[in-house]
Amino acid sequence: MSANLINLLIEATGQTLYMVAISTLLGTLFGLPLGVFLAISQRGELLSSPWVNKVLGLVVNATRSVPFIILVVAIIPFTRAIAGTSIGTTAAIVPLTIAAVPFIARLVENAIREVDGGLIEAARAMGATPFQIIRKVLIPEALPAITLGLTLAVVSLIGYSAMVGAVGGEGLGDLGIRYGYQRFMPDVMAVVVVILIVLVQLVQSIGEWIAARVDKRAPKGRGQ
Amino acid sequence: MTSHDGQAASIIFDTVGKSFAKPGGGTVSAISDVSLTVEAGTITGIIGRSGAGKSTMLRMVNGLERPTSGKVLVGDQDVGTARGAKLRAIRRDVGMIFQHFNLLSSRTVSENIALPLEIAGIGGAEIKTRVADLVDRVGLTAQADRYPSELSGGQKQRVGIARALATEPKILLSDEATSALDPETTQTVLSLLKDINRDLGLTILLITHEMAVVRDIASHVAVIEGGQIVEAGTTYDVFTAPQHPTTRSFLSGVTGVTLPAFIKDKIIAERPTSGGEEVVRVTFSGKHATDPMLALLTRDLGIEVNILAGAVEEIGTQPFGNLLVSLDATKGDEARAYLERHGLLTEVLGYVG
Repeated sequence: MSANLINLLIEATGQTLYMVAISTLLGTLFGLPLGVFLAISQRGELLSSPWVNKVLGLVVNATRSVPFIILVVAIIPFTRAIAGTSIGTTAAIVPLTIAAVPFIARLVENAIREVDGGLIEAARAMGATPFQIIRKVLIPEALPAITLGLTLAVVSLIGYSAMVGAVGGEGLGDLGIRYGYQRFMPDVMAVVVVILIVLVQLVQSIGEWIAARVDKRAPKGRGQ
Repeated sequence: MTSHDGQAASIIFDTVGKSFAKPGGGTVSAISDVSLTVEAGTITGIIGRSGAGKSTMLRMVNGLERPTSGKVLVGDQDVGTARGAKLRAIRRDVGMIFQHFNLLSSRTVSENIALPLEIAGIGGAEIKTRVADLVDRVGLTAQADRYPSELSGGQKQRVGIARALATEPKILLSDEATSALDPETTQTVLSLLKDINRDLGLTILLITHEMAVVRDIASHVAVIEGGQIVEAGTTYDVFTAPQHPTTRSFLSGVTGVTLPAFIKDKIIAERPTSGGEEVVRVTFSGKHATDPMLALLTRDLGIEVNILAGAVEEIGTQPFGNLLVSLDATKGDEARAYLERHGLLTEVLGYVG
């Protein structure tokens, strides 16, 4: 494999990491509060507002129903308005983030809903405000599950990032298609796939390691 | 521990009712027309079976539930109508401990105890000294930096108690705090609660389904059944002279004084026309608790008495005895009159032919 190709692979890996990192960051920034709100706005919960919850839930489901490749194309005008262009790695962050927000929101929602209701009651009995309950009880207690959820989200985003080649997003997926497929260079394709496998492995291992570090509960099976 | 000012507060339930909307429409009543005064500085137990409404009553004291009728007063504050900041201020004056402890798994012992102080907006330096005091008070200094998953049930409840005391409340609510603990641990937790009541003078309101808990620490007790208080008074009075069948059935569990099966199966409500034995519960209380009354009965009246079951125990520092006896049915009236004249309480449980 030529030095040129190796440089391309390094560059593409960097682009993929860049896209995934920024979209995960932005996705969490919006998805975390959205997920918390989805969890606590259900009927009978901390900030019970069933109608708002229903509407938001519908929006989240609708966004998640759209196949990612269609989402990328469908929101091109929006992408141009935000990023100034609809082509390139930075522009690709827009659809990636749009896909990440509802996904992360649902993962966070599930994690928050798993928190024992007794803890919320205890915090209420202490005179905590809803915001204090979120910050001091719900998020810290859900953190192991949120960490695993975010790990899942990053892995999915690595996969999605391979599709943004369709709008000139570059990155590993794009390289694999252009060289491996269109130019019949199976070795490039193989290297791309191996790099992706290693990336996903790394992300998964790091995510699980962090989740285990923040999890102070008794190991499963030993009971509380 | 820093000293409290303002100390204990009383709790008044004034004709309180609570009904919930049923999913299919209509309402279901959890408690109705409940009036009870919990005197400041006492340990008061509310005892009832599950679903009797005791949990609803307890949760009204810190506004986790709101009454649908009547009033709940903590000190001079009406909890039922308090909202927002006012309600949160009341809650800081009312600590609560739980059957399943409800500790944050993500926080150490110290950090759990610090939580209510953080919520109250107290500064870091003061939190540190107060938490150290509290950890010491509940005897967990060695475990201060452990996580709840590394503690035993009794230790977890001690953390719960320390946490409930952190904001120096005037009232401590206990929601079946010992129900998940083994008997030995229960005793240590109960004696800790007793010490706290004595040292800090705060009011403790506890709910339980175990009469033993009431006997061991409560000075007052209320019995709740079907959403209503059926009996209330000092623990000693309720134990020695229970009025309501529910109270009696709770008591039979704790005093260990129940009819042996071979009698229970044969017992009838009506006096047989001839012969037969009368089954009587005799309660000795106060200064008579240790008198040899049955021996005197036989000596003075020549009536022989069969002992079926019995025990002498203490409530607070006062002894009381409970005996189930049977005697010749024809002499029952005479014997009971004699015993009552000597300050004992009697109750006819039935007859055996």
